[in-house]
Amino acid sequence: MKLKGWKDLKPGAVITDAGNSVEFKTGSWRSLKPVWKEENCIQCLFCWIYCPDMAIKVKDGKRAEFDYDFCKGCGICALECPGKKGKKAIIMVEEGK
Amino acid sequence: MAKVVAVTGNEAVANALKQVNPDVCAAYPITPQTEMMQRFASFVSDGKVKTELILVESEHSSMSACVGASAAGGRVVTATSSQGLALMFEILYIASGTRLPIVMPVVNRALSAPLNIHGDHSDAMGVRDSGWIQLWSENGQEAYDNTIQAFRIAEHMDIRLPAMVCLDGFIISHSIERLDYIEDEEVRKFVGEFRQLNPLLDIDNPVSYGPLILTDYYMEYRKAQEEVASKVSGIVLEVARDFEKISGRKYGLFETYRLEDAEIGLVILNSAAGTSKDVVDEFRDRGIKAGLLKPRLYRPFPFRETGEALKHLKAVCVLDRADAFGGSYGPVFLDVATSLYPYRERPILINKIYGLGGRDYMPEHAELVLNELAGIVKTGKVGSYKEYIGVRE
Repeated sequence: MKLKGWKDLKPGAVITDAGNSVEFKTGSWRSLKPVWKEENCIQCLFCWIYCPDMAIKVKDGKRAEFDYDFCKGCGICALECPGKKGKKAIIMVEEGK
Repeated sequence: MAKVVAVTGNEAVANALKQVNPDVCAAYPITPQTEMMQRFASFVSDGKVKTELILVESEHSSMSACVGASAAGGRVVTATSSQGLALMFEILYIASGTRLPIVMPVVNRALSAPLNIHGDHSDAMGVRDSGWIQLWSENGQEAYDNTIQAFRIAEHMDIRLPAMVCLDGFIISHSIERLDYIEDEEVRKFVGEFRQLNPLLDIDNPVSYGPLILTDYYMEYRKAQEEVASKVSGIVLEVARDFEKISGRKYGLFETYRLEDAEIGLVILNSAAGTSKDVVDEFRDRGIKAGLLKPRLYRPFPFRETGEALKHLKAVCVLDRADAFGGSYGPVFLDVATSLYPYRERPILINKIYGLGGRDYMPEHAELVLNELAGIVKTGKVGSYKEYIGVRE
């Protein structure tokens, strides 16, 4: 993307285009990556409720894959996940491993 | 028809704010606040203005509330003095960087320590590079007139910058003078309806204020800020021309007094300029070509025009009511000296620090300085380039 020059900026750095955070991908900040284990998932959607970045996708009322473009790896979903029979449906693994 | 009144500087400025009838005023109600906001609060209580008055717990909060109200889309005012202005420091930069046209009268008083409450320019000088417009006022009339003009300047669509109106603590703020009030309706017409720019409360057009701007764009925003500052002096003159039509009073970027053919001159801000003009007259009566320049728009500093106005003199003394500790000279001196730097032929410059913490500036002081300048012109010798005057050894 070509960067704008100083003459093309809005006064006071005001942002007038709503909903533009979708253009700012924050997934690269992640050091821990959540991994979904579908076999342990009870479809409670707690992860979807708790995710602060809307990085858990829902399709047809069911939990779908993570949106890794925006997941910062905070681990809240893994913490809140009740799992099935003592086994978590979300586990955190180190990036780069 | 103008109304002739006898009022303090504080009353005059409070009346100007009443006539403008802003949407929001967020102020800290206790010392170092002056009676100006007390007067304005009475107007709110008595239903004379429709302003929403927010009393907050500190000046940091008052400026923060002003930033919020201004971004929301209101015409916003506050006022402060000395320590209060110092406490606002952080948020002043946010107001100017966000380009919010807040208007703030500042009663210039000394900074602590030692604790003092009297007239001194250290407060406003400490924030002179914060990106705010600064208009300085010699007396109550100028403080009143500058306050009204400040709205038009700050809110101009080519500028959108916050503006301070500076007046000397006690000497002007608390002393009664005779001055002319403009009719309410005339003031209202002059300032006009407040025009919003990207208001937060326009829910049909949502906007975000205060984003994080990192290395890729920060410098471009700063360059844009510098560029907008360069437009201010033109707007100040345009507004002054319109103001003359309703008031009959002329304003410029600065006032020159018997300066055109002068050989020696003083540069001095605010109330002390009035005292100095009388002494300039006495020197003229004795056949000595003395003159004076009183800055009005001090920020953004009109350095080209100032240099042009002073370059023909032989010797000039810049008098500062604040010092720049650990620096070289007083703040006004530094600006005047740099304005004259491009000229090959330029006056000899000296700097005097006077009147700190409300110490009286008397006609004798102006006389002493003008005699010294006359001596410099005669001998070409300078005793001291910077000196405190009116101080005990």
